This record gives sequence, structure tokens and C-alpha cells, in this order.
Amino acid sequence: MSRFLQVAWLVVRKDLRVESRNKEMLLTTLFFAVSCVLVFSFGFVRGGRAVEGAAPGILWIAIAFSGTLALGRAFERERHHNALHGLLLAPVDRPAIYVGKLIGVLLLLAVVEAVVVVLVTFLFRAPFFQHGWWLLALLSLGTVGFASVGTLFSAMLVRTRSRAVLLPVLLYPVTIPVLIMGVSGTAALVQAEPDLAMARLWVSILFFFDTVFLVLALWTFEPVMTE
Amino acid sequence: MSDVSRHYGRRRALSHVTLSCGAGEITGLLGPNGAGKSTLLSLLATLAEPSAGEVRYGDRTAREAGARLRAQIGFLSHDLQLYPELTARENLQFFAALYGLKAPAARANEALSTAGLTERADDVVEGFSRGMRQRLALERVLLHRPRLVLFDEPFTGLDESSCGALAARLTALRAAGRIVVLATHDLDLVDGLLDQALLLQAGRLRKLGREGALRDRYRAALADGTRSARGAGRAKATAAGEPRV
Repeated sequence: MSRFLQVAWLVVRKDLRVESRNKEMLLTTLFFAVSCVLVFSFGFVRGGRAVEGAAPGILWIAIAFSGTLALGRAFERERHHNALHGLLLAPVDRPAIYVGKLIGVLLLLAVVEAVVVVLVTFLFRAPFFQHGWWLLALLSLGTVGFASVGTLFSAMLVRTRSRAVLLPVLLYPVTIPVLIMGVSGTAALVQAEPDLAMARLWVSILFFFDTVFLVLALWTFEPVMTE
Repeated sequence: MSDVSRHYGRRRALSHVTLSCGAGEITGLLGPNGAGKSTLLSLLATLAEPSAGEVRYGDRTAREAGARLRAQIGFLSHDLQLYPELTARENLQFFAALYGLKAPAARANEALSTAGLTERADDVVEGFSRGMRQRLALERVLLHRPRLVLFDEPFTGLDESSCGALAARLTALRAAGRIVVLATHDLDLVDGLLDQALLLQAGRLRKLGREGALRDRYRAALADGTRSARGAGRAKATAAGEPRV
């Protein structure tokens, strides 16, 4: 395993170990996502029937909101006792630290999404599993796009006092295209006549978006972290 | 470090600082709170870049040397850079692996033994006293045997015997040819330990003389610096046509 991946894995393993001890991020994010879906279900489900086309939007809103919560916490534990400086002083490629933090966020969001997809399928009677692989591709690429930008912004804001306010202000304008692509792609899958060609198009665009943002984030992480 | 200045927005943290530290020397940075000691250490640790001037490590700058330079630096800041949710052993093993040390588990055990924490090795750091955390953090910093060791208030929270042990450790580092720079307020603890004592006041660095007790030299230099600053302020005010107070 290359040193870069080894460092990223060390950071992931450390984050998972810390999370397994306090479950702080998992519980808050999951609780928030489930609450979000439940609240929407009261508004959009009448007499056991969901408003047509609502499910994809609700799914992605739950992911975006709970994802923002998770991203806000991603670098928070590095801030306590200034452990971030310990990481930054290590003789490693600093982008490897970014990749490690990103993978940690992605794993967390994967758990949250698994629960949210099942919940939305059940409450809104959305046929998400009809084209499960396409949904998986959309969710994976959408989450990578959202989290890659969010992890970078979270790192940038770790030293600022008003980071909780600034993160969504910076994050949403940049990631709105990801959310739109995710919603559109998912809607194409769950409509009465699934449009797989359209879903494929959104998957391709998401892939392009992810590539651009991952490259930019890896490129800018080092200067962003040096005061 | 030559003619280094560092600004945070309009606030000047360091002003035209020139400093040279050699192998086998302990350099003490003294000064009141907010004088710029931590900023100076951050610059030496490559965590921050100077607004003007240059920091050189041998014949290279931090930017030129990159990650390999960081393998030669150990920095114990006022915050201890530990993960409170992890055990002492996990903390040390994580950083040993991050520094690419061979046999990180064995190195962590060795460090735990030096810190006198072998019995508490598998306890989470959250439950440690400040002194225990400080000892653990010190070993974490020295895990990779750095050539340049930076300490920010290393005596904070340590009891008398731990302070003595730390002073002995600093002496051992000097004997091993390491470059040690420490910022401290504990003048009595470092008196006799420092090879050069520097006063940092309002971002400016001055060398303290060698005669007399460190505390006396520090007070005299501090008073002198305050007088000079007042004088400069008056001269500025007079030049600007303001009445003298």
C-alpha cells in the first residue's frame, strides 16, 4: 500500500475508533436525517398516498441536511486539544489527511443513507429498489461530490469562530448542482416509466463534477491548512 | 530566522525578528502573555508562514524542504494535540504510524514507560490529569526523535517531581545535540538551563544578558522595553503635534 493511502487509512481508522467510543456524529446525523424524513412524511403523505414526485427531493434533502451536520463535526474533534496541528506536523502528504477525513465522512453518510432510503421507500412507497444499482450509483457519486467540497470547507473553517454558520453558507451554493443532479436522476428512476437514459446522463455528469472537485480539493488542501 | 514579521490582519504579532538556534542549545523565549511567543513557535514549526522575512532550516526554507523537514520537528504546544477519546497507547501508536516509524507498537510501549504511564496505557486520555496528559504529550512529541524540539509552556500542570524530570529531559536533549526552543513563564525552573534567553515583547525580540538571576534580567529587560516603547510613543505623539501627557 502506498504511503499516501496508508496515511489516509490511519486517519480513517482513528476517526472510526473515536466514533465507536462516543458515537457522537453517527447518532446526531442519523437522528436528524430520520426526523427530517418523518416531518416531511406528515406533510406529503395523505391517506396513505404520497404526493407524486416528492420522494426523491425528500431523500436528497435529508442527505444534504444531515450531511452538513456530519461535515460540521468532521474537523471538530481535531480542533479539541489542537490535534489538527499534530496531524499537520506529521511528515506526510497533507492531502492524505483530507482523503482520510473524506472517507470517514463518506462511511458515516453511507450508514445514514442506508437507513434514509429504506425509510423513504417505506413511508412514501417509492420504488427505489426497482433500479437499485442506478440508485446506488447516484447516491454514491452525489455523496462524494457533496462531501468532497464539504470536507474541504470544513477544514478551511476549522479555525474560524462562526464556522457553524459559514459552512452551509459556503457549501450549498457550490453543491446545489450535485443535489439537483441527484434529485433529477433519482426522479428519473422512480417515475411511472423509469427513464434510464436520463439517469445515466446524470450519473455521468455527477462523475465529472466529482472528478473536478476532488482534484481541486486535493490541490488546495495544503495551502488552505497553512496559516 | 531572519527579519521575520508576522501580521494577523492589522495586528502585528512579530516584528523584524532575527533569531538563530544551534544544535545542542536550549533557547528560551520569555515574555508576557500576547508577546508573540506562540506565533514564533508556530513559524518555526512550519504551521504558519511569515508575512515577511525568511525562516531557514540549515540551507533550506520550509517550503523547499517540505514533508521531510517536518520529520525533524517536534512541537509540544500549549494544547496537547492528543485525542481524549483514545487511550494513551492508541494515541502514541497512531502518531508513531503517522510518522512512519518502524514497529510503532514497540515505540509506543517505550514511550509509555518513559512517561511512567505503562499502568494507565489502556485508559482513555480523557480521564488523565493535566500532568499525565502533559507527560504523554511530551513523549508523543519525542516519538520520532526530532532534531528541532519546540515547547510552548511545557511546565504547565506538572508537579514538582515532573518538572524536575522535564528539566532533566531537556538537558538530555541538549546533550544529544538537539535544538531546543522553549517558551515559558516559569523563569525559576529554566534558570541555569538556557543557553540563550530571549525576551519577546510586543512582537520584538531582544537578547537577555548573562549576568545575574534570570528573573532579575527578565524584569530589567521588560522595564527597559516598556520605557523604550513609551519613549517611542511620546516621540510619535510629539511629531504628530499632540500634547505630551
